Amino acid sequence: MNDLETTITGLLSDTGNSSDRLLQYLCTIQEIYSHIPEEVVELLAEKLHIPPVQIYGLVDFYSFLHREARGDYDILFSDNITDRMLGNQALINSLCNKLGVKRGEPRPDNRVTVDVTSCTGICDQGPAMLVNGRVVSRLDEERIQAIADLVEAGTSLANWPESFFVVEDNIQRRDILLSDLIFDGSAIENLLKNGSDAILEVLELSGLRGRGGAGFMTANKWRFCRDTEADEHYVVCNADEGEPGTFKDRVLLKSYADNLFEGMTLCAGVIGAKKGLLYLRGEYRYLVEALEETLQKRRDNKLLGENILGHEGFDFDIEIHLGAGAYICGEESALIESLEGKRGIPRVRPPFPVTNGYLEKPTVVNNVETFFAAAKISVLGADWFWSVGTEESYGTKLLSISGDCSRPGIYEFPFGVSINEILEACGADDVQAVQVAGAAGTTIPPQEFNRTIAFEDIATAGSFMIFSGQRKLIDMVQNFAHFFCHESCGLCTPCRVGGSLMKDLVEKVIAGHATRYDLNEMRNIGLVMKQTSHCGLGATAPNHVLDTLHKFPYIYEQQLAHAGFEPAFDLDAALGAAREITGRNDADAHIKDG
Amino acid sequence: MNDAVPEKKLKLATAALCGCFGCHMSLLDIDERILKLVELVEFDRTPLTDIKAVGNCDIGLIEGGVANTENVEVLRDFRRHCKVLVAFGACAVNGGIPAMRNQFDLQDCLQEVYLDGIGVENPHIPDDPEIPLLLDKVHPVHEVVKIDYFLPGCPPSADTIWIFLNELIAGEAITFPYSLIHYD
Amino acid sequence: MSSDKKFKLDGKDIPFHDGDTIMDAVLRAGEYIPHLCHNPEFKPNGSCRVCVVDVDGRHMSACTLPAAKNMEVDNSSEVILDQRRSLLQMLFVEGNHICPACEKSGACQLQAVAYYTRMLSPHFTHFFPRRSIDASHPDIIFYFNRCILCGLCERASRDVDGKNVFSISGRGINSKLVFNSPTGKLGDSALSATDKAVSVCPVGAILPKHKGYEDPIGERLYDTKPISVVGDVAANHSANDSSRNGD
Repeated sequence: MNDLETTITGLLSDTGNSSDRLLQYLCTIQEIYSHIPEEVVELLAEKLHIPPVQIYGLVDFYSFLHREARGDYDILFSDNITDRMLGNQALINSLCNKLGVKRGEPRPDNRVTVDVTSCTGICDQGPAMLVNGRVVSRLDEERIQAIADLVEAGTSLANWPESFFVVEDNIQRRDILLSDLIFDGSAIENLLKNGSDAILEVLELSGLRGRGGAGFMTANKWRFCRDTEADEHYVVCNADEGEPGTFKDRVLLKSYADNLFEGMTLCAGVIGAKKGLLYLRGEYRYLVEALEETLQKRRDNKLLGENILGHEGFDFDIEIHLGAGAYICGEESALIESLEGKRGIPRVRPPFPVTNGYLEKPTVVNNVETFFAAAKISVLGADWFWSVGTEESYGTKLLSISGDCSRPGIYEFPFGVSINEILEACGADDVQAVQVAGAAGTTIPPQEFNRTIAFEDIATAGSFMIFSGQRKLIDMVQNFAHFFCHESCGLCTPCRVGGSLMKDLVEKVIAGHATRYDLNEMRNIGLVMKQTSHCGLGATAPNHVLDTLHKFPYIYEQQLAHAGFEPAFDLDAALGAAREITGRNDADAHIKDG
Repeated sequence: MNDAVPEKKLKLATAALCGCFGCHMSLLDIDERILKLVELVEFDRTPLTDIKAVGNCDIGLIEGGVANTENVEVLRDFRRHCKVLVAFGACAVNGGIPAMRNQFDLQDCLQEVYLDGIGVENPHIPDDPEIPLLLDKVHPVHEVVKIDYFLPGCPPSADTIWIFLNELIAGEAITFPYSLIHYD
Repeated sequence: MSSDKKFKLDGKDIPFHDGDTIMDAVLRAGEYIPHLCHNPEFKPNGSCRVCVVDVDGRHMSACTLPAAKNMEVDNSSEVILDQRRSLLQMLFVEGNHICPACEKSGACQLQAVAYYTRMLSPHFTHFFPRRSIDASHPDIIFYFNRCILCGLCERASRDVDGKNVFSISGRGINSKLVFNSPTGKLGDSALSATDKAVSVCPVGAILPKHKGYEDPIGERLYDTKPISVVGDVAANHSANDSSRNGD
């Protein structure tokens, strides 16, 4: 057996050799070889009894998997609009120049690749980058120079200055959820003492709704799942925090994982699950080690594993699955597909995961914050949760605040808080717009700053990006249009094709070639995407365009061409090839505007 | 057919860009109905009249896609002069057969035709400034100018053209029976 | 008993069975909702979205939405027709659909549904992607230019032929059909000309070799009657097959 075969055989035997783990194997292989070598695909295909084409299907779907080798240092700049506002473009160019490397292409000596990736969830401490999966935050020219030097010197990441990798929790405001953290099994004890009905009752009374944004009643979800008969039930935590501008799960996973696992175990006890899965976005791979430690500590303390807290037959354990750079996997059915080792394509619904989820078994999929809140409610009671919030939205919401303000970070606010109050708390003035709920969310103009964060007004998973009066808001539109185009899974026509058409029209606006006709086209395409897409990604992808066209028309009008109609492509540039071939450059070898 | 002849005849112009003139042939296939047509319209620039420059017109029919600088020039000229501009036939509508060259680099196309092709003598890619320069791709006309109506078909049948022109001239909504809508 | 299980399609009562989607019930009732990725023999995919209907104010794909009592389904309003046309136009500009040069023309479901919706132009800006042809198979030729990613060949090959020859790879606008074979070529796959996967293609992507343009213009599947009357490409293929077998 050669080295490669030994590695693969080892990998497979460690984890029980199953095609459900295909994505996990590929993530590990990518980490070891900086790509997925052909020989590995053949070996895996043979050992897992699946066609190679299925494996390539994954490699070509997930952004963090590659057919061709990346550099020894695989550098991915976070490219959310908030990173851009903090000047990441200049830093990317600077690093590329210093290292003599082209964006997206490995340097010929294979030392380094410099590329961009969607939001990495470090918006409050950006601009950020991932280097072989580790975060370097607060980039500036000085840090870029140091990184260039370290790369040239071939310094191993372990010997890079620790300060580069510091990611602070940055909690700026605490309310009931982030106070009095006392989780050492008390939720589980409570369950064992009072039974699952009592837990469901208190959750129901509390009115807890899913914190991922959709707001489904948590008690109902757990009850439906429990009451669906099957030989196995599953608990899945959606930690694929991919919505641009969101980073509260990063903090919960890093500093409050115990509480999250307590919530998942509570859910397992209620629905009768033996296995839980934490689907962690690939961008948060650097958190895995600490999470595994927490899991082990809980096993040691009998809070996970067999006979939890000595209770005969209460067996439950949690496995961490990594994503690999696909925003769509935040959609719960795509996430389940990904957990099963497939491309993250959203399923046809119904049936819903509560009846047909992971491996077609009844499955609860909840957001990190939801499990966290559920655990606390089960111990402290519905009254505690009710003490804040609004009638339709009890409790609090963790907001991830970034952009133009003096104190970005995590803010826990009771539901019902107004945009104005939030802006004041984080030190933002001269605000042109707030993008709530991420790229898929809503663009809020100043005249609506009295609106509130609540399921009945602006529902959000917590992303809150602030744009000052100095910003060109069209830059945000451009960033998001590219984001959605990149992240569309490609299943349905409106999202796959419409998203691409939309991106091109946004570029036409930016280039100053768009006319009112084009703006109307954008409205029409946006509406088709919104109303006919297969899943929430396509349905929300045009929001930023539709919202800004409606509420910020000036950002387009400033850029409009004067003509009534402009060609869809650059006519003169389309002659470039012919000019080169013929060597012509006379007046007739050019086309002027209009 | 409207019996009432309009007081002032509408002016109609046609041009063929990158196409095969098949759509124009199909226009001629309206046969004797062309006599009725000339009662309704006056032909301006068309290959039939041999008028070279388009004047102010009510209707312009554009056959063919946009493949070179001359096509762009003619198309823009028509747009400037015609109140209503019609993409006339498959190539104008989506690039058609000529757009099949979009699968290849322009260099490869020219190389094959003028340098490596069978029977080529005196191999040389034309570079005379008199010759319109090629765009890297063939485009449908609506990607270059605003188009008011689309008449698909390779070519649109004489009946399709006849119904279209009558409805257009009469100011009616354009509706075709099922069998007259086709893309080939 | 089940007689109260009805919903309304453009005001007309449509009975349904438990487990029916709107599409199932509508097709059984002899009515028509345009569709491309749907084929009653296979699990719905919900990907082309051409079967969008308005159900009590929400736009849904008829092929995936379970029928329910008293639903009001709008299958013919201008808004719905416009959206269908837009979706078709998106499919047309995404690939390279040059009908005059396609053997499937006249018997192509993409074209027929576009005719049915009175689509006169592709409207949007063309992508003109560079796509290849796979002619490596002795009996079958594959034109990537014409593939609309409906996933029917994938489902047929997996569920009926038991071969898993086709799957969709990539992501977003870079999604593409791939073949399961050691070389990635169709000729090295297990596909045979009699496979179900070959006959379900609604467009001219998967075509038999050694024949073409067999039916003269005017006598092709959709030349004179619309798809709402004639039915799907795949259904007619099966019908032809059985009549030929019966000869």
